[in-house]
Amino acid sequence: MLEVRDLHASISDIEILKGVYLTVKAGEMHAIMGPNGSGKSTLAYVLAGKTNYKVTSGQALLDGQDLLGMLPEFRARAGLFLSFQSPLEIAGVRLDQFLRAGYNAIRKSRDEEEMDVLKFNRFLTTKLEMVELDESFTRRNVNEGFSGGERKRNEILQMAVLEPKLAILDEPDSGLDVDAVRTTAEGINQLRTPDNAVVLITHYQRILNYVVPDVVHIFINGRIVKTGGKELAEEVEAEGYDRFETAARASEPGT
Amino acid sequence: MATLAEPPNTSNKEVKDVLGQAYKYGFVTDIEAETIPPGLSEDIVRFISEKKNEPKWMLEWRLKAYHHFVSLLEKQQLPGWANVQHPPINFQDIIYYSAPKPKTLLASMDEVDPELLKTYEKLGIPLQEQKRLAGVAVDAIFDSVSIATTFKEELGKYGVIFCSMSEAVQNHPELVRKYLGSVVPYTDNFYATLNSAVFSDGSFCYVPKGVRCPFELTTYFRINTADVGQFERTLIIAEESSYVSYLEGCSAPMFDTNQLHAAIVELVTLDNAEIKYSTIQNWYPGDENGKGGVYNFVTKRGICRGNNSKISWTQVETGSAITWKYPSVILQGDNTVGEFYSVALTKGYQQADTGTKMTHIGKNTRSTIIAKTISAQHGSGTYRGLVRVMPKADNAWNFTQCDSLLIGDQCGAHTTPYVEVRNRSAHLEHEAFTSKVSEDQLFYCNQRGISTEDAHSMIINGFCREVFKQLPMEFAVEATRLLDANLEGAVG
Repeated sequence: MLEVRDLHASISDIEILKGVYLTVKAGEMHAIMGPNGSGKSTLAYVLAGKTNYKVTSGQALLDGQDLLGMLPEFRARAGLFLSFQSPLEIAGVRLDQFLRAGYNAIRKSRDEEEMDVLKFNRFLTTKLEMVELDESFTRRNVNEGFSGGERKRNEILQMAVLEPKLAILDEPDSGLDVDAVRTTAEGINQLRTPDNAVVLITHYQRILNYVVPDVVHIFINGRIVKTGGKELAEEVEAEGYDRFETAARASEPGT
Repeated sequence: MATLAEPPNTSNKEVKDVLGQAYKYGFVTDIEAETIPPGLSEDIVRFISEKKNEPKWMLEWRLKAYHHFVSLLEKQQLPGWANVQHPPINFQDIIYYSAPKPKTLLASMDEVDPELLKTYEKLGIPLQEQKRLAGVAVDAIFDSVSIATTFKEELGKYGVIFCSMSEAVQNHPELVRKYLGSVVPYTDNFYATLNSAVFSDGSFCYVPKGVRCPFELTTYFRINTADVGQFERTLIIAEESSYVSYLEGCSAPMFDTNQLHAAIVELVTLDNAEIKYSTIQNWYPGDENGKGGVYNFVTKRGICRGNNSKISWTQVETGSAITWKYPSVILQGDNTVGEFYSVALTKGYQQADTGTKMTHIGKNTRSTIIAKTISAQHGSGTYRGLVRVMPKADNAWNFTQCDSLLIGDQCGAHTTPYVEVRNRSAHLEHEAFTSKVSEDQLFYCNQRGISTEDAHSMIINGFCREVFKQLPMEFAVEATRLLDANLEGAVG
């Protein structure tokens, strides 16, 4: 489903991604773990098409489509979803209106009929039930006055509504207490199907107690330095990233 | 290597098309009009008054205003304090009277010139349909003469008078005489003086005691003849415990020379009465180089004369080359409430200097000001407001919020709030912020599949929401559409 090859990207001429390789298949859940500042979020932003990052070389294909040549909204319509680490407020814009605009833009791009307000609201109700949120939630303005936890849950709700092929979740657990991590994880599990895939970016192993990844990648200094099964996450939990960082430095070209 | 190339099916062409989109309402209706040569003199004032078959007191009032205007002109006392720039106006170049011919009284809608009706249809207000449209009565002003008034009969059942100002002068002289100029005296300001001398027509509304007006009342103004100054005058009186909601909408076709529009609106509420006055203004803003466009110099003021009464102004200002208006409330009665909700959009080379004055005189008076200024391209928007608390206004309360949204880096937004408090018990709050539509917000929307154009529109409408929700439902929809249409091509 997702094929990333030798991806390099920089911001203000500083290289952040230094040759990322990543292959994700339908039905899989991948966890990307790494220390702060290693470039995990940059990978998410570059794949979603944030314009202040410059891709200098490499490839990223979603179901064979060249992602890097597309505007962000076309990537979203192609089935890519990014759950933001710090979702922004959009003052005065109601969440249900925002969701309907996105949902219909995606439908339209697939030549499907747009949903009217009534139909969409019914559809939204089922999604709200799925992620255990109250209907009043979507009558609030997008993230306006939301707590940290509510913002994160809102991202999961949006994922539920937009039904992406590939969801990249950028630290959906950061800043959450134990209970909130569990609810968020349950939401993510609910949304998994054999046809979609999830790339979960996280700093801590904590959330992986509730969502079980098929593949775990260790991301250090702009690259994936080690790939393995879920036992890799347990290694990180026990030993931290130091060992991987030392190994990564040793293997870096030119050192 | 890999760069952000636009996919072939992107809306780039559409964006360009939209950028070049011309003013949609720029057509001239081909009907014969009775127009007098340009220029202002005592004779012209007399001519207008005579044309309207006015009583002597009305003519005298006009002449007093005219002589005052001449003295202001001689002393060159033109207002110069607003944050707007324009070449001097030659008041002798303006045509002060124009009326569609033939001017006979129309018994029903069916007698209205079909060309006129077509014009209204192009404007999106099919008058024919209005009869069936529940809840909206329209008094349409075409150039200077009110063409048709619908719903008059229905309103009559409730004792509500809704007619043109000319008719009111004929049929309800006692009311006109009592209230005309009682809120905005002819000496009030330069353009108010000019209006008082030459006002051509306008709307008049009287809601009797205890009546809640069953419809939203609507007036649609349109300037059709080139070089016509439109000087309409509106007067609304809400008697004790009555309520009326009134909406005016404006548009003008394209002409190269600037047209002066100097209107006056006066509102009066007595005990426990409420007037809600909403404006959607979409006069021609001039072309992309700032040529042409309407000068909209308007004086709007209401007085809460009776206790517990309320006046609420809501305006959506998207048109005109220059807008200069400060819908104000004098809170004379005790426990009175004044409100001002405004969205002012400037793009191209538009300039807007707008805001309000809240004058607290009575006890326990409250006022709320929510002003949203949006500037794009070379637009310049200024909020100018005054909150004045008089010595006897115990426990006066005001909340002011003026926010600016900038789109692009060529535009400007200014905020000039004045506060004058002469009673220590007053409570005033002021909030203001200036923001830009952020790249991160746009990216967030894009990531949900929403195009950049749509995201802009959504964010801007969200910015205006507090004001739009004050508008009657159908007009809120209209305002949203108007804002979108005006912003197409100005963003992204």
